[in-house]
Amino acid sequence: MSQYQLNYLEQLENESIHIFREVAAQFEKPALLFSGGKDSITLVQLAKKAFAPGKIPFPLVHIDTGHNFPEALEYRDWLAKEVGATLIVRKVEDTIKQRKLTEPKGKFPSRNWLQTYTLLDTIEEFEFDACIGGGRRDEEKARAKERIFSVRDEFGQWNPKLQRPELWNTYNGRIQKGENVRVFPISNWTELDIWNYIRSEQIPLPSIYFAHERDVIEHEGQLVAMSEYVQPAADDIIVKKKVRYRTVGDMTCTAAVESNAVTLDEVINEIISTRISERGETRIDDKVTEAAMEDRKKNGYF
Amino acid sequence: MDLLRFITAGSVDDGKSTLIGRLLYDSKNILIDQLEALERSTKNREDGSVDLALLTDGLRAEREQGITIDVAYRYFSTPKRKFIIADAPGHVQYTRNMITGASNANLIIILVDARLGVIEQTRRHSIIASLLKIKHVVVAINKMDLVEYSQDVFNNIVIDYTDVAKQLGLENVTYIPISALNGDNIVDKSENITWYEGKPLLDFLEEVEVSSDVNLTDSRFQVQFVIRPQTEELHDYRGYAGKVVSGIYKKGDKVTVLPAGIETTISSLEIAGKDINEVFAPQSVTIQLADDIDISRGDSIVKSENLPQVSNELEVLLCWMDDKPLIPGNKYYLQHNSRLVRSVVKQVEYKIDVNTLQHLPLEGNVKLNEVVKATIKTASPVVYDPYDKLSVNGSAVLIDETSNSTVAAVLIK
Ligand SMILES: Nc1nc2c(ncn2[C@@H]2O[C@H](COP(=O)(O)OP(=O)(O)OP(=O)(O)O)[C@@H](O)[C@H]2O)c(=O)[nH]1
Ligand SMILES: [Mg+2]
Repeated sequence: MSQYQLNYLEQLENESIHIFREVAAQFEKPALLFSGGKDSITLVQLAKKAFAPGKIPFPLVHIDTGHNFPEALEYRDWLAKEVGATLIVRKVEDTIKQRKLTEPKGKFPSRNWLQTYTLLDTIEEFEFDACIGGGRRDEEKARAKERIFSVRDEFGQWNPKLQRPELWNTYNGRIQKGENVRVFPISNWTELDIWNYIRSEQIPLPSIYFAHERDVIEHEGQLVAMSEYVQPAADDIIVKKKVRYRTVGDMTCTAAVESNAVTLDEVINEIISTRISERGETRIDDKVTEAAMEDRKKNGYF
Repeated sequence: MDLLRFITAGSVDDGKSTLIGRLLYDSKNILIDQLEALERSTKNREDGSVDLALLTDGLRAEREQGITIDVAYRYFSTPKRKFIIADAPGHVQYTRNMITGASNANLIIILVDARLGVIEQTRRHSIIASLLKIKHVVVAINKMDLVEYSQDVFNNIVIDYTDVAKQLGLENVTYIPISALNGDNIVDKSENITWYEGKPLLDFLEEVEVSSDVNLTDSRFQVQFVIRPQTEELHDYRGYAGKVVSGIYKKGDKVTVLPAGIETTISSLEIAGKDINEVFAPQSVTIQLADDIDISRGDSIVKSENLPQVSNELEVLLCWMDDKPLIPGNKYYLQHNSRLVRSVVKQVEYKIDVNTLQHLPLEGNVKLNEVVKATIKTASPVVYDPYDKLSVNGSAVLIDETSNSTVAAVLIK
């Protein structure tokens, strides 16, 4: 191998940094949507590298469902301070009150879908013209179709049948007032790439990504953490298990996996040998319809 | 481990999506829950088989119609290599989406239905492959199961395509007889196609050499963003952030800033804030220069010993990608990597017939999917290399000033 050759992870990293710089240069008010999960943590690391020795030239925005893992919130606040970025938090709870939205019901009342309202309000409030997200094309088949610069109309809607051609590494971010662009710098990364990158960059993660003891209920083969936000039925049995999280989303719609992996190496080994996809193993709300994600995106979702 | 980006192309229903599904399936890159979802959505099939095309046809409209509308990206790896696949649509109507996927591919697999042979859309996609200078071409002759795995059928298609390849100047063409549906010569060597002595597709994809595709001779860099921290300790810091488009830069290199034409020296090179002596394509880096020069986004920093072209009149090939026609004399933005300039399409000289490759006179306006030779005048100079020599610095897009759509792929002559 010649000394002038990048391995695949370096290629991905360089591509993502290029995208970050395009966003900073092309837009007046970009924002990085930060969830506290490993994908958005990776985004922050890439942004740090893209603009060093300067600071990340846009705020981190958290659309807060109120159903968070406390560890993720703690990490979020620590990270924002660590990189010296402004942190903007907007709560789904407030949107529900202001807009008289109907709270979802059931055993695991997920506010995942309601985040769209808060997101769109936040975009309007701060006049964000670009929102950077941690979506990856390997996650889901609708995401696999989305451009890196994904233009959304004034209602935030994605139109999958009318996407702009996106050629070479040329990103056209020109929009009309009111429209905005969702940018996905890690579109081409897989789950395993993210983990390998976290390992090679030695990025600290929230502790829930590693095996720990937790009270969970078993729901259709998935393990959901007990918390004040879930409403177990009378016959649900609460058990203590050693688990870790593969993704960090809402406590109500993210399932844990049984695991003994306490180090990054161990986690990566488990991910390599698993035969179930990230979403399949961890999302409780995704199986509703085949086109659940496409429909949500068409309505303004991330 | 290295990375191969490839695209599947060819006419409607030639089996592109099925091929990708088969590659993933036979190389054990489909996870259980994805397979279950696939089984659920194809449970109505009479023979109980699963429709592997549904692995990439992810949009509701695609599944309803059984066609691909936009490119889907899939990722998989084998112990030898990582792959990024773009599954392109075959319909003429969606050619712009195919071009989107093709623009970043190192390799193109052009599928041909063994029963139909080389048809118009095969040629159209082949022309695109040749215009875009995709370095490696695989012609996968598919549905061999429907022609009794006949060697004659295969040979005749090879003869036909060899003509096309010659006309288009496509080198490095490899022919493989396959059945995407049954898995012949995809991951495993076919037991039905005994006369074929070559490798199955995946072996070929794992072994084809692509690292030499990056140009390390002509050093090109374009400024994306100026980093100016303006903090106390970094008060005078001005770093030009951008990607090394091609070539290599070293600290102390004599460079010229274009289009201004000012000479200076590289005083520092950084990657992610860390000082480094040498950088190369396609790294994202930050350059500092010895002299204070007015430099902004879109300006080029190149080695003084090897200069690109600088001009505000460009001879180009345009692949028109918009439903609205191109009207000669109209103004568009031209985006060349990070450089955005206003431009006008002055004159369209001819259009290329995708079937015969002949140059035809243009009648009326340029319409969706037409490829034309044109002259573009820009409001300020563009710093470029001919696409055929250095594609990464010879490609651009046109953007409609009113709709903001990307309306054309521009290949600079
Ligand atoms: N008999 C046979 N049928 C095949 C083979 N490969 C694909 N097909 C069938 O051909 C039809 C079209 O396949 P697709 O994979 O959807 O075709 P495509 O090229 O992706 O089509 P577009 O994306 O819409 O251009 C499907 O019914 C497949 O099952 C093959 O090797 N043999
Ligand atoms: Mg298809």
